[in-house]
Amino acid sequence: MTEYRGWIHQRQKELMRQWYARLDESARTGWPPAICLMISGNCVEVLEAFGIVPLYPEVNALQLAIRHQALGPILAAEEFGYATDNCAYVKADIGAYLIGVTPTGGKLPRPALVLCNFVGCNTYIKWFEHVATFLEAPLYVLDVPFLRDEEPSPADVAYVVAQLRELVQRIEEITGLRFDMDRFREAVRCSQRVEELWSRIKYLAQRVPSPFDAYFDAITLMGPLYVHRARPEGVEFFRLALAELEAKAARGEGVYDRERFRVVIEGPPPYPYFRAFRDMFARWRATAVASTYSTVGGIWEFGFRHDPEKPFETVALHMLAHNLTNRNYLQRYDQIRRYVQQWRADGVIIHFVKSCRLFSAGQGDMRDYFTKVLGVPTLYIESDLEDPRYFAEAQIRNRVDAFFEALERHKRASAV
Amino acid sequence: MDELLRRCEEIVRDVGFATVRRWKAEHPDGKAIAYFPVYAPVEVIAAAGMLPVGLHGAGDRLELQHADARFGSFICSIVKTTLELGLTGRLAPFDGMLFSSICDSARNLCFVLKRNFPQLYVDFLHLPHNAASASSREFLRSEYARLKAALEQLAGREVKDERLREMIVRYNENRRLIRGLYEWRAEEPHRIRAWELYVLVRAGNFLPVEEHTALLREAYDGFARRQAKPRDSIRVLVESAFCEQPPLGLIRLLEEAGCYLVEDDFTLGRRWFTADIPTDGDPLQALAESYLDRSVTSSVRHDWRRPRFRVLIEKVRARRAQAVIFLIAKFCEPAYFDYVLFKRELEREGIPHLLLEFEEKMYTFERLQTEVETFVEALLFE
Repeated sequence: MTEYRGWIHQRQKELMRQWYARLDESARTGWPPAICLMISGNCVEVLEAFGIVPLYPEVNALQLAIRHQALGPILAAEEFGYATDNCAYVKADIGAYLIGVTPTGGKLPRPALVLCNFVGCNTYIKWFEHVATFLEAPLYVLDVPFLRDEEPSPADVAYVVAQLRELVQRIEEITGLRFDMDRFREAVRCSQRVEELWSRIKYLAQRVPSPFDAYFDAITLMGPLYVHRARPEGVEFFRLALAELEAKAARGEGVYDRERFRVVIEGPPPYPYFRAFRDMFARWRATAVASTYSTVGGIWEFGFRHDPEKPFETVALHMLAHNLTNRNYLQRYDQIRRYVQQWRADGVIIHFVKSCRLFSAGQGDMRDYFTKVLGVPTLYIESDLEDPRYFAEAQIRNRVDAFFEALERHKRASAV
Repeated sequence: MDELLRRCEEIVRDVGFATVRRWKAEHPDGKAIAYFPVYAPVEVIAAAGMLPVGLHGAGDRLELQHADARFGSFICSIVKTTLELGLTGRLAPFDGMLFSSICDSARNLCFVLKRNFPQLYVDFLHLPHNAASASSREFLRSEYARLKAALEQLAGREVKDERLREMIVRYNENRRLIRGLYEWRAEEPHRIRAWELYVLVRAGNFLPVEEHTALLREAYDGFARRQAKPRDSIRVLVESAFCEQPPLGLIRLLEEAGCYLVEDDFTLGRRWFTADIPTDGDPLQALAESYLDRSVTSSVRHDWRRPRFRVLIEKVRARRAQAVIFLIAKFCEPAYFDYVLFKRELEREGIPHLLLEFEEKMYTFERLQTEVETFVEALLFE
């Protein structure tokens, strides 16, 4: 089954190569300094203001998985003391360090600072404590209060802003660099533009047929989104990506020759079997028109933007309220509900991943809500995002097939 | 003494929450707030005229009929048995439930309960993970003020500072007695059995503080009168059972297999502070600062000023423990992660350790017993 592979896919590979080249340079020459941080609700704009290169262990972990190199590091980490039931992202990342493997074969720098931007996922704190310990690097835990209510309170915002300012001071002390407010505003302005462009891309998926897959193709776009969001090349990439997809939409082209199903996908993908998983949907010509995974780093389709006039405050708001992981579980139900309704989906696919309890704990209740309360057809499948040992291909394919067969009958019956 | 301990065991094992029902019958306007399950600022709840109840799931006393399907594979038992308590109507005596940022599964449970039990007051406290930042003090104070306001609304009355201070005094006294028992046990572990101290302390989760304090005093007298002879046992520190609690049978087994438990982290919330909370000044500030600066270490509280693996070594030395046994609940990710750094540090220091995985619902312990006995023998005869 063929699906769309355009300029976007080539260009994102180049951008990711550029990023790894910067990391390699940092590792070899010590310049520019690198800082480790997490994808979710990240504050990469602060790093950009210093000209510091971000190092995302999650991206390394997923690159290892998608290149089928994760199992060795995972086993090394288990040998070292990690449990089979620990997050495999962490095991792949730490294990790769233990056995001296990197996703590209290039070098990764020792971070000047291990910055745990704690947004929801407790595993982040443990992971970064371990990274800091093993690499003997300083650790800063930027504690972001979990979103207990609909909106963050003024105390929540003040707390995060105070820590961001503390972080700036800490980076100055460690690297000897001076914080440049103009550069910070410029980084925030780049993010604002990227967010606008990315959001417009996401709305293109409301078209029937959708010109791109908001799960599988969105993941392709997520690399540049996190690594280059606050940089001019990020803006340029998303400007051209939008233009390409708009042109496709104008021609009435979908992901497949004829779009048969529209689904919303919840949960991260099984990276070690990314291709096989995509094919399970492609054979039914089922397009994901929205996904929660593509909002881990930020939710922009509902209007939030960084603002260069209020850089610290909006970086704080992004971390607090406008990324998937720091929002509460019922807000996620609501996000999916909006997707189903506004993006006109036929059903919801819930992919439970063993590694990530933040995503997966309680997804049975989520299914209960969508099927029983909202009457939305829902498929629940289980595997893992990183560990290849938990992907039962035949079993998952059978369930996916059965789901779409039932959906087809359902659609036919409703059409009568 | 036997009668007292039997009563405590009964309270701990009761998934019908008879003590909570009794308290509510005696206090017709009173509300009961369950907190899950490690730490909560109980003083604020009690000052609002409510009964704080430490809820650690249902252990081995409840079959899962509904909750398994809601939480799926690879999720720890305590999350499921707690939801099962709700789905089988057993949380009826409670008016509210309080959660905090201990782990990802617990956090999602908070909101699953909120959806399924809209009549309950369900709240989530964000306890800071950046204790080194001065801003965390002000933040946590505001978080406690938010909780106080929510409880005031639920109770329909204002909580005065005086009342809060009074509760701090009462809980300080209670915690002091528990700390004293732990000290005493470390000195004379043959006198105070691990399972006895466990039920005695945990019973406090289900009782008004004054009643539990009285019970602890009674236990002091009982232990003092007891004739007990030292046994051939090794001194062991137990770590990692801070949330889901091991079956009582497993705690008994450790002692029978030749371990003196000289330190543990069972129901840690009942002795959360290493020193009294100050009773002068602003009580919410005192509670917040105590959480940040006077808390015990735990795998669910992050404070990089003193890495937990270093504190573990300090605890081993202070209690003169010969070995560490990790009791890790199946699927407990905070414990699994900390184990890696703990293990590394213990090996650097040459301290023997053993990892045992358990589940709430465990009825036979033969395999674990063999493991513990082998471990103990190796140490006794080395």
